[in-house]
Amino acid sequence: MKVKLKVKRSDSAAGKAGYSQYTIDAPESTTLLDALINVREYEDGTLSLRCSCRSAICGSCAMRVDGRARLACRAKVIAITDGDENHEITVEPMGNMPVIKDLVVDQELFWAKMRAVDPYLQPTGPEPVGEEYRVPNESMLDLTHTMACIMCGACVSDCTVLEVDKNFIAPAALAKAYRFVGDPRDGRGHERLQKLSEYGGIWDCTRCNMCVEVCPKGVAPMNRILQLREHAIEHGLTNNAGSRHTNIFTKSITDGGRLNEVWMVPGSVGMFNVPRMMAEVPGALKMLRVGKLPLSQMVPPGFPGSHKMSGMDRVRNVIRKSSSLRAPKPEVTE
Amino acid sequence: MAVYEHDVLVIGAGLAGMRAALRAQEMGADVAMVSKVHPVRSHSNAAQGGINGPGVGEDGGPWEEHAFETTKASDYLGDQDAIEVLAKEGGREVLQTEHWGVVYSRKPDGRMAVRRFGGMGKARTFFVGAITGQAILHVLYEQLLRPSVFKALRNYEEWFVTSLIVDDGQCRGAVAMNIRTGELHAITAKATIVATGGLGRVYEPSTNALICTGDGIAQAYRAGAPIMDMEMVQIHPTTLKGSGVLITEGARGEGAYLLNKDGERFMTKYAPSMMELASRDVVSRAEQTELDEGRGVDGCVFLDMRHLGEQLIKERLEEIYEIARDLVNIDITKELLPILPGIHYSMGGVKTDVDGLTPMPGLYSAGEAACVSVHGANRVGANSLLDTLVFGRRAAEHAVPWIQGKTFKPVPESVVEKDRKMIQSVLDRPMNGDRVAKIRRDMGVSMNANVGLFRSPDKLNKQVENLKELRARYEKVGVEDKGKVFNTDLLFHIELGYMLDCADMITTSAIERKESRGAHTRLDYPNRDDVNWLKHIVLTKQPDGSEKMTYTPVTITQWQPQERKY
Repeated sequence: MKVKLKVKRSDSAAGKAGYSQYTIDAPESTTLLDALINVREYEDGTLSLRCSCRSAICGSCAMRVDGRARLACRAKVIAITDGDENHEITVEPMGNMPVIKDLVVDQELFWAKMRAVDPYLQPTGPEPVGEEYRVPNESMLDLTHTMACIMCGACVSDCTVLEVDKNFIAPAALAKAYRFVGDPRDGRGHERLQKLSEYGGIWDCTRCNMCVEVCPKGVAPMNRILQLREHAIEHGLTNNAGSRHTNIFTKSITDGGRLNEVWMVPGSVGMFNVPRMMAEVPGALKMLRVGKLPLSQMVPPGFPGSHKMSGMDRVRNVIRKSSSLRAPKPEVTE
Repeated sequence: MAVYEHDVLVIGAGLAGMRAALRAQEMGADVAMVSKVHPVRSHSNAAQGGINGPGVGEDGGPWEEHAFETTKASDYLGDQDAIEVLAKEGGREVLQTEHWGVVYSRKPDGRMAVRRFGGMGKARTFFVGAITGQAILHVLYEQLLRPSVFKALRNYEEWFVTSLIVDDGQCRGAVAMNIRTGELHAITAKATIVATGGLGRVYEPSTNALICTGDGIAQAYRAGAPIMDMEMVQIHPTTLKGSGVLITEGARGEGAYLLNKDGERFMTKYAPSMMELASRDVVSRAEQTELDEGRGVDGCVFLDMRHLGEQLIKERLEEIYEIARDLVNIDITKELLPILPGIHYSMGGVKTDVDGLTPMPGLYSAGEAACVSVHGANRVGANSLLDTLVFGRRAAEHAVPWIQGKTFKPVPESVVEKDRKMIQSVLDRPMNGDRVAKIRRDMGVSMNANVGLFRSPDKLNKQVENLKELRARYEKVGVEDKGKVFNTDLLFHIELGYMLDCADMITTSAIERKESRGAHTRLDYPNRDDVNWLKHIVLTKQPDGSEKMTYTPVTITQWQPQERKY
């Protein structure tokens, strides 16, 4: 079948910028990587990309395909084009990282963020002599799913928070952090969670799910982040906006069955966070003017006289049942 | 152009390279590690099934058992002193990786679980699902990120070595190109450890990554170091139809069957005792015989995992499930997986002693690039990961004390000139209609056809002619990309040169060994000949450029060669 590619170039030496277009013949089972290698080998030797294992284990060939980051070696052309030979596949380098040439990006940002989570086991206590640590298989199985991360960068490429805030540690490093917090052999879980609860850490994820969608190995970084949040709260690390937000959210629903938007802000930023509250005043006045500040929401959740929905026992039932669930366990998704 | 100075230079950042670098740094040396890809992209990550742990817990079993089975599987070409070292020290390395955090699968009592692997009479292979290599590689990289190590260890990431520096018969480091700038520099060192992995891309297809182009083996050969056992190229029994991607032996370790087109477990005919878990060369030959005699489908036989159950597959063979689903649209819990034998590993390589030292002072080698030899004529599955860790560490442990108290002449800047001229001449060549990729493919396909599983004199001699032609083409072919930044076109050209050198050595040695042993099967000499051939074939480049062939006897400590039956 015919494969049409439109590849983003940036190669000052060859005088190439913008897009190069290629059309090649390939078998139906061809992957995007096969196609790019074909181009590189027979059509245009100046095209540069990273690739090695061809079997989704080395993590070299992550790139943006029709706008979404993926591993080129796992991207079947026929699945991308739906069999339409006229569909021109747009191939671009990963996002959020500077481009070195063509599809090759400088991943230093990715590695620096990885280093920032102290990504090595820190056991405390005596090391077993002549034998292994004894740990339950469930914990190793759980971590194996996180260890499945091949550091391809796809999640970091498409992370929407990272686009606007380069301080965010980003999904891959957070998934890696989970690998240690969840490891019974690591003795510094509390310190790790403390650091992760600071600005740029676990609470800065907006839960857009992009990282889960683009991860080729089912690591589901966002779910790891949610697991970290649970651990952090369990460890009593609740003195931050994210944790408080979770708290006031839950309190609001448990108390009255709906989200009390007036009190979400002070509840999240801290009731005595005067500077932050002052910053909200202009917005609050506007809302008051257009009637969006209902009296019914002026009493904080949990206080006598706070507004309650009818049918609160059914609401509380749902909350009780859902509170026993944990963040979703890793699943291999397509 | 700069000249960098270090104590120890490790070339290659896979398992062997990173292990050596970590140990050398721990011992206080100023260590540099150079790799043409980021460390976690190294091909060690593709090892799936597991790592043998002789002596670890009750499952590991006594090390002598592991050593004997390794010796037998090597078809008695393995040097038993080296094998004993592997077996004695392997357990300690496995435990070290666990202490560093590798997430080995566990038994209910919390101790590491084992699975059976080829060539081993009992289960002593520790594993992480079907991603053991990746798991260990990533943990080694984690250790490298410890602040004290990270600050001290100089990591030349995405630098491509073009030649080893030899001064007065001593190895003094390497000339390397910074891939991002195209600039050549000299990275000088008092000791150099070549840990550049295998040469699978000499063949087409192979299980190997595109980066496995025999760089270090060729560089060591060109520098004058002896290269040993090159004819011993392992053909893995289960590679995926089409792409040749590896399907781990661990599948058979968990109980998978091999079936021909009639649905029979044909291994009963070839290895009635160990069946699917006989040594790899036995299984590959069995499969090829079934195929040659018409009992395959589309050039493949089948791996049957249906009876293993969904839960076991999801827990222990997840990676295989994904590969089968994504690459060939097959659900292994319900369907048969078509596989065929494929080139996988090089037992041969740079000749070293049990400390990783080559006869050239200052030059060491470890991992797949080296030939100690622990694998002899056939490698046991799950021994390669072990080999990289044990001998990576040992090379560092010998090199660091060795460099103490010696004086080393500084290396002149001019060492870079030869490579710079070579590169410029390649860049200056006009395109002539031929392409590097075409030459590589022609080399790979012809090597597979003529120096593959079943070897015969007419095919081998034909390959000598083929290689001459390919080399002539190589010396004329140009590259399209003339730039300096990330010029992969140029790198592939240089890699092709390394591959042709390796192909020559493989073919020469295959012609020379007039017997069948392990992975080397001669149709005209179908039996093993211990009287004449219990020795290694060694190739060394002479100062005048010619190739000298010598032999080294096999070191025997405990086990006299016996008939090898599975």
